[in-house]
Amino acid sequence: MSIFEYNGSAVVAMVGKNCFAIASDRRLGVQLQTIATDFKRISKIHDRVFIGLSGLATDVQTLYQRLVFRHKLYQLREERDMKPETFASLVSAILYEKRFGPYLCQPVIAGLGDDDKPFICTMDSIGAKELAKDFVVSGTASESLYGACEAMYKPDMEAEELFETISQALLSSVDRDCLSGWGGHVYVVTPTEVKERILKGRMD
Amino acid sequence: MECVFGLVGNGFAIVAADSSAVHSILLHKNNEDKIMALDSHKLIAASGEPGDRVQFTEYVQKNVSLYQFRNGLPLTTAAAANFTRGELATALRKNPYSVNILMAGYDKEAGASLYYIDYIATLHKVDKGAFGYGSYFSLSTMDRHYRSDMTVEEAIELVDQCILEIRSRLVIAPPNFVIKIVDKDGAREYAWRMTVQDVTTAAV
Repeated sequence: MSIFEYNGSAVVAMVGKNCFAIASDRRLGVQLQTIATDFKRISKIHDRVFIGLSGLATDVQTLYQRLVFRHKLYQLREERDMKPETFASLVSAILYEKRFGPYLCQPVIAGLGDDDKPFICTMDSIGAKELAKDFVVSGTASESLYGACEAMYKPDMEAEELFETISQALLSSVDRDCLSGWGGHVYVVTPTEVKERILKGRMD
Repeated sequence: MECVFGLVGNGFAIVAADSSAVHSILLHKNNEDKIMALDSHKLIAASGEPGDRVQFTEYVQKNVSLYQFRNGLPLTTAAAANFTRGELATALRKNPYSVNILMAGYDKEAGASLYYIDYIATLHKVDKGAFGYGSYFSLSTMDRHYRSDMTVEEAIELVDQCILEIRSRLVIAPPNFVIKIVDKDGAREYAWRMTVQDVTTAAV
């Protein structure tokens, strides 16, 4: 089993009309054993930028702490929040710093840029950015997620429809992956509010 | 073969650990106390490489005391757990400790809590947790019978059920267990569950 599959994870982000949604599963496992069913993979950097980290849970936690630290420093120096594109570049740089001993995570970054334009991207564990206009996925269930998102996605969805779409895509994908699942955690972010919802899926 | 498990009840947390000190096929002693008190209201139950287990838990204990001396206030359980995770994470890519930890504590504001910290520094707050081969039996037993508002008597019954399961189903089951509890009155030893005791030899 690869070290990326040690804890099990699934993260997906989708773009809507002036909004975005980012969702993850909730399982924390140690190979075949499930330890917890309420593990948080998506973290808020600030009101308009979220990062979901899949991969090895210890590096998810370490990397999150480092990124929050760097963003707080940025806020002190620049007296403003980071734009999502800038944050993505920061994550990429931090990951590449460890090129020959990497953090074993694949981040998914989603944010609202200037003019409330949604931005999503993902990268591999050494910081190779992959921008997309529609959706990005990562984790042990990524192949199922690609298929589900491709089938269910359509452009310019409003917040409620986007929530339904990303939830169905996530739940149907993790149901085919034994290492991820046990519910879902969905954030739908519009320029005015952040809606956090827990999904109940197949609890196996 | 080391079994460590714990659960949180109504205003208390209980941890149980086996008490065998094993070296290859030899059982050095069968009354080794693997649950250390960090301070008056915290317990750390550790399993793993014996040298690392003792050295690392003592290191954490001394640093928790140092904080209290310097600042005049004890650390909260969450803070102590995060400190422990930080030390494990820093050492992970240099000189890793092979110690799995269940940290139980009681704080006035937060109540009783249990933290699962595995040897690669994955931290998670849990209601019930377990490490080792015994976890396959104790986690399932706890999943079946656990409720969040258990009394001490009910929790001890559950712990005994887990110990019985481990003793009857694990091929090289440890003979003895120690059970410790932490609640508003502090951390203390609750009971030993012995099947094999050291026999003092008669004078020749």
